[in-house]
Amino acid sequence: MMKNKADEEDYWNSSKFKAFTFDDEDDEFSRLKESKRAVNSIRPLVDEDDDEEEVEKVSWSGEPVGSISWSVNETAASNQRTDREPAFPKINTDTTSISKSHSGYSLSALFKGETHRSLSDSSVRLYAPELRKPKSEYKVTTRLTAVSLEKFRSLQDKLLLLDYAVSAHDGNVITAVLIYLKRTLSKEVLFRELTDRQTALRHFIHYLTESKDQRLLLELLRALGRTEDMALLQYKEHLGIADENKRRDFLKSCLSLPFSPEDSVHVEDHYTLLERQIIIEVIPRKQEIFQKFPRKASILNMPLITTLYYCCFYHYTESEGTYSSPLNIRQTFKLSEKQFFVTALAARAKLKAWPDVDALFTSRNWLGFTRKKSPLSFQRVVDVLHKNSAPTQVLQDYVALVDDAELRITLAQKHKCHDIVINTYRDLKDRQQLLGYRAKMARGSAEERKINELLNNSQIRWKN
Amino acid sequence: MAAHLSYGRVNLNILREAARKELREFLDKCAGSKAIVWDEYLTGPFGLIAQYSLLKEHEVEKMFTLKSGRLPSADVKNIIFFVRPRLELMDIIAENVFSEDKMHSPRDFHILFVPRRSMLCEQRLKEQGVLASFINIDEYILDLIPYDGDLLSMEYESAFRECYLENDQTSLYHTAKGLMTLQALYGTIPQIYGKGECARHVANMMLRMKREFAGSQNQILPVFDTLLLLDRNVDLLTPLATQLTYEGLIDEIYGITNGYVKLPPEKFAQKKQGEASKDLPTEPKKLQLNSAEELYAEIRDKNFNAVGAALSKKAKIISAAFEERHNAKTVGEIKQFVSQLPHMQAARSSLANHTSIAELIKDITSTVCFWGHLGVCASLVSASEAFFDNLTVEQEFMTGVDTDKVNTYIEDCVAQKDPLIKILRLVSMQSVCNNGLKQKVLDYYKREILQTYGYEHILTLNNLEKAGLLKLQSSSRNNYPTIRKTLKLWMEDANEQNPNDISYVYSGYAPLSVRLTQVLARPGWRSIEEVLKMLPGPHFEERQQLPAGLHKKRQQGENRTTLVFFLGGVSYAEIAALRFLSQMEDSGMEYIIATTKLLNGTTWIKSLMDRPESQSS
Repeated sequence: MMKNKADEEDYWNSSKFKAFTFDDEDDEFSRLKESKRAVNSIRPLVDEDDDEEEVEKVSWSGEPVGSISWSVNETAASNQRTDREPAFPKINTDTTSISKSHSGYSLSALFKGETHRSLSDSSVRLYAPELRKPKSEYKVTTRLTAVSLEKFRSLQDKLLLLDYAVSAHDGNVITAVLIYLKRTLSKEVLFRELTDRQTALRHFIHYLTESKDQRLLLELLRALGRTEDMALLQYKEHLGIADENKRRDFLKSCLSLPFSPEDSVHVEDHYTLLERQIIIEVIPRKQEIFQKFPRKASILNMPLITTLYYCCFYHYTESEGTYSSPLNIRQTFKLSEKQFFVTALAARAKLKAWPDVDALFTSRNWLGFTRKKSPLSFQRVVDVLHKNSAPTQVLQDYVALVDDAELRITLAQKHKCHDIVINTYRDLKDRQQLLGYRAKMARGSAEERKINELLNNSQIRWKN
Repeated sequence: MAAHLSYGRVNLNILREAARKELREFLDKCAGSKAIVWDEYLTGPFGLIAQYSLLKEHEVEKMFTLKSGRLPSADVKNIIFFVRPRLELMDIIAENVFSEDKMHSPRDFHILFVPRRSMLCEQRLKEQGVLASFINIDEYILDLIPYDGDLLSMEYESAFRECYLENDQTSLYHTAKGLMTLQALYGTIPQIYGKGECARHVANMMLRMKREFAGSQNQILPVFDTLLLLDRNVDLLTPLATQLTYEGLIDEIYGITNGYVKLPPEKFAQKKQGEASKDLPTEPKKLQLNSAEELYAEIRDKNFNAVGAALSKKAKIISAAFEERHNAKTVGEIKQFVSQLPHMQAARSSLANHTSIAELIKDITSTVCFWGHLGVCASLVSASEAFFDNLTVEQEFMTGVDTDKVNTYIEDCVAQKDPLIKILRLVSMQSVCNNGLKQKVLDYYKREILQTYGYEHILTLNNLEKAGLLKLQSSSRNNYPTIRKTLKLWMEDANEQNPNDISYVYSGYAPLSVRLTQVLARPGWRSIEEVLKMLPGPHFEERQQLPAGLHKKRQQGENRTTLVFFLGGVSYAEIAALRFLSQMEDSGMEYIIATTKLLNGTTWIKSLMDRPESQSS
């Protein structure tokens, strides 16, 4: 079962992986078909009694009729005093499968200390049984309300109370005590004491977060020296600001916060981006391109790459000096060549601006010849172009640039670039494949003629 | 209805009955006719405990969903709010109560908090000036909900985030409480093992609670021999990997909530004979998934590659059974046949459903591109190829290939703007499998993510770092390969059809958490001390004294029972692996599984995100 060491080492160094595949593709598929057929063949027999009562009733949405979520809709739907009684399936509530010895239990009774408390007696119900330590004088026998906590006056008593609450681990009790302490202690004292009580501190932070007491929370984090947390918390507030100008100003105010060095770069970029978007958003949209491809949404608050795409789409030819020019954006945010390239490619392809696409690849080497270069594999380039429904004539230029012959053939077949397939087989001197390919071509087509010519060419030394 | 809960080794129906009893008691406390206003989130979990009929028997006449504004009119004496202790819900309740006062006939108000009352909420109600309007404020302790014959979940969605991000241990308190309830019903668990900080906390709380109840000794013969508490952060890797069991894939692709799944309806359209093609249903098809369904119980834990064969085998059996009708000659035989019809019919519709689901999944997972040249696949983008590529990268990471470099597949996914969660899952996985990423690599990923998905995700990235899913490689060396080799986390020859090892659930990867469980049973953790020290948090063993006379006299060859509690969540594939261990003939151990939440990589990462709704933009 287990591999020995050498084998294992060997394996880690190899890069062949067993993928998640059906062992036998055809067989597996036919199996599903088979069970489907079987299902269909037996349907007629049982069709008429589809609503047999033994089967649990299920509405189309799948809720068993009588389930709670189904009933919520059902009873809410009937407005007046219901005169129709939905026929719910009867459920046997006094289950006999329960052993007698357990029947006396109810869940909460188990923890109330006394098992036979009368149910109506809710006022004496223990809210936090953990505090009923036999030795403890800190009995909290009624609801932990502010009233019952007033007894704890001295700082020492209060802290002892807090420590007991913490040792019980009941967040609810801890929070109750903290609310009391927050009300009766000065901030300085409270913060100081919490510093030594990490658990209580975490609950206090949670409480402040829940009750959205942002101001006190920020103060607390600062007092604790957790400046990065504080900065992030403050930064988070921008999510709640809808007005873009106010949001931009808020982000600007965040720049001075004590973020970690990496985060502070990102926050600055965030601010710069929004500032830039506000400028781009108000540029008059009079050019033809906006009529031809109307915007679907505002550019405000979009991610950086989306913004770049937008600019490559609508403002492609603008000079680097303008804020909306793609080159300017690339410069400002120090985007890598690859990021810029992929985005520009997608945007120009979407517009079917094939000359622009072509120009992206063109570089001159030192001899002055132009040749196509790409920071992206040509296979990915073909993929992007295909997704933007580039025609075969365009695709084949790039398929031809794929280095690996096998890969090139696969791509060419997929995109019906017959010339490339044929030429590649010719270069591989693979007569058999060429014969096979001819069979797939239409009778009398140019491709068929071309293959025939090649096959009759006595100059080629076929390998098979 | 819930019979499947009692099929297993431990009768979990006892727990369900206790919960039902509690519910009935509360309803009877509010005498007279009543309407329940539901926090919609609760209807799912509640559905596993009780049906409407139970509520009806206790004079519940109407049910509404909690919404702001005025309550719908209903001629009832009591209005009961069933809610989670959440502040925003309190505001809605307050609004409901206020608008009520202006109306004529007064109704009594009650609140039932699930699973616990909260001071915070009551304070909020007080601030809003409505606290005094409530006659009963109570709590319904629904800590552990029985999901299946061997599965309990608290459905405490934020447990992981609270424990490992916010350091809030409230969920652990609930866990300890839930375990005390379980012990009250099923006897004291004599042995407790654990690994991780949270596990240590829970064990401490349990032991302390037990001391406090020292007066009343539990006289029930223990059902569980061992409790194993495992922190989710001991094994951050497993949930990040794509589950490859049938149930796991259903969850990965469609999401299972409270035992239900919603599926695209096309494949479920019933074309009856003689009827013109009806309009296709547009509403999703909702199906319940649990072991009450014989076929599902049989195939749920299989590797998906073995599901087709299982379905076709079943199809043959059912076809043969229906053919029997031709052989039925005598009245007795015909009667016999007819009496079996309902069962056969249920089996047939079950087969039809799962055949459809398997087809749906197959469309996504299977692929015809096997040139052994992965580069080719990347260029032909379809759902199945994306799935295949994703899996390949996962497997590379799990086997430790090139985990210290920027991965081009991830780069491409970002360039294509694949869903952010997918990216975060992969990057986290790479980080975990490399014991942290180099500064340069981490910075590169972060930059790409923020530029492509928006800078506000700084917050999410920070959360992932706090939770340990993303981290910077410290100077110490990468210990993942040691862990992988010692625990045999990667099995090259995983057998998907007839598994002989738990690694079949991820087609090669054996979940770390389940390996720990397996080793604990045999030969014991002492054999892996070194690895345990590399994983976060303490490992420990505790014993709980049993009263004299309750010590089990074990029969020869009788299996032991272990309750494995996953603090912070568990995936379906891990559950499948544990079930596999239970079924292994020589394991001698049966496992019952409990958790704070059933999760998969996507729901898990989502719970750690700030503003997850913006993930697709």
